[in-house]
Amino acid sequence: MALINPKKKEVQVKIVYYGPGRGGKTTNLEYINEKFKKRIQNEMVTVKTYGDRTLFFDFLPFDIGEIKGHSIKVQLYTVPGQVKYNATRRLVLRGVDGLVFVADSMDLRREMNIRSLQNLKENLETFNKNIFHIPLVMQYNKRDLKEEGIPILSIETLQKDLNSRLQAPYFSASAVRGDNVASTMKKIIAMTVTSLRKKLE
Amino acid sequence: MEFTIEFDKQQIESIENILQEELIDTGVQSVILMDLAGNVVVNLDKGDKNHDVFSLAALAAGNYGAVSAMANIIGEQEFSLLFHKGEEESIHFSKVVEDLLLLTIFDKNVSLGFLRLKVAEAIKRIQKLI
Repeated sequence: MALINPKKKEVQVKIVYYGPGRGGKTTNLEYINEKFKKRIQNEMVTVKTYGDRTLFFDFLPFDIGEIKGHSIKVQLYTVPGQVKYNATRRLVLRGVDGLVFVADSMDLRREMNIRSLQNLKENLETFNKNIFHIPLVMQYNKRDLKEEGIPILSIETLQKDLNSRLQAPYFSASAVRGDNVASTMKKIIAMTVTSLRKKLE
Repeated sequence: MEFTIEFDKQQIESIENILQEELIDTGVQSVILMDLAGNVVVNLDKGDKNHDVFSLAALAAGNYGAVSAMANIIGEQEFSLLFHKGEEESIHFSKVVEDLLLLTIFDKNVSLGFLRLKVAEAIKRIQKLI
């Protein structure tokens, strides 16, 4: 549902970071905002609660250049991860073109990841979208915790839990350090734009 | 990939003309025609203020969605007047068709009643085009 403006030759693409609460979705966007500051003209918008948790969403728009004569505006969103905010999560998913699922590598969060992915699948269905047919990248976040002695899930376990059927491209990452944050973003942008190419011809 | 509403160049130009005539020329600060995903379809302004249109649209889509959900909870289909009043500038929201929203930003020189009249006029004309 990317919006194409044939007059301005501009395409707006919506990419949503999804995943369980406190998984690092906002941290991904904050890192991108910091790292690519020069190319981002607008301020990052965030709607937070007092406890510094995402209430509604974070929003980060930027331009990635031209494809087939159209300038591409990418808009990154996060959803609030907390279970109770499902209604707002669904609102943010409206018109999504590409998804990053940010999974929490901590042992303790295994169940939460699985539940959040299931919730994503259900929410997409309310918009008649199939999780198997939308560009999706998996990010296994918080890999850095291992060094602090905190038990984390192996990549194999995460793959088996979350990605055995989806077979989406995946990255192990540390959003706090910035490891593979840019790679995750580049991958999802590339996949999403590829899926739009036909439309631009 | 599905696209809910598509516009060709001709349609966009006609919509721009309508919004210019009905709203900008009558003193409105700026107008944003957007979809409920937060994408900006058309944006026009008087040129003296530089609002961050894309962030505004993203927040407006979220806000509109939240207000509609509240309406449903209390048994209303929708609220007919959505309006935020500021000291200098105010924002008015209006549904154009399913999935399409018109956001109008105007200052205190424009009265709400007059604005609603003009917005209704513009929407009627846009509906005929899409």
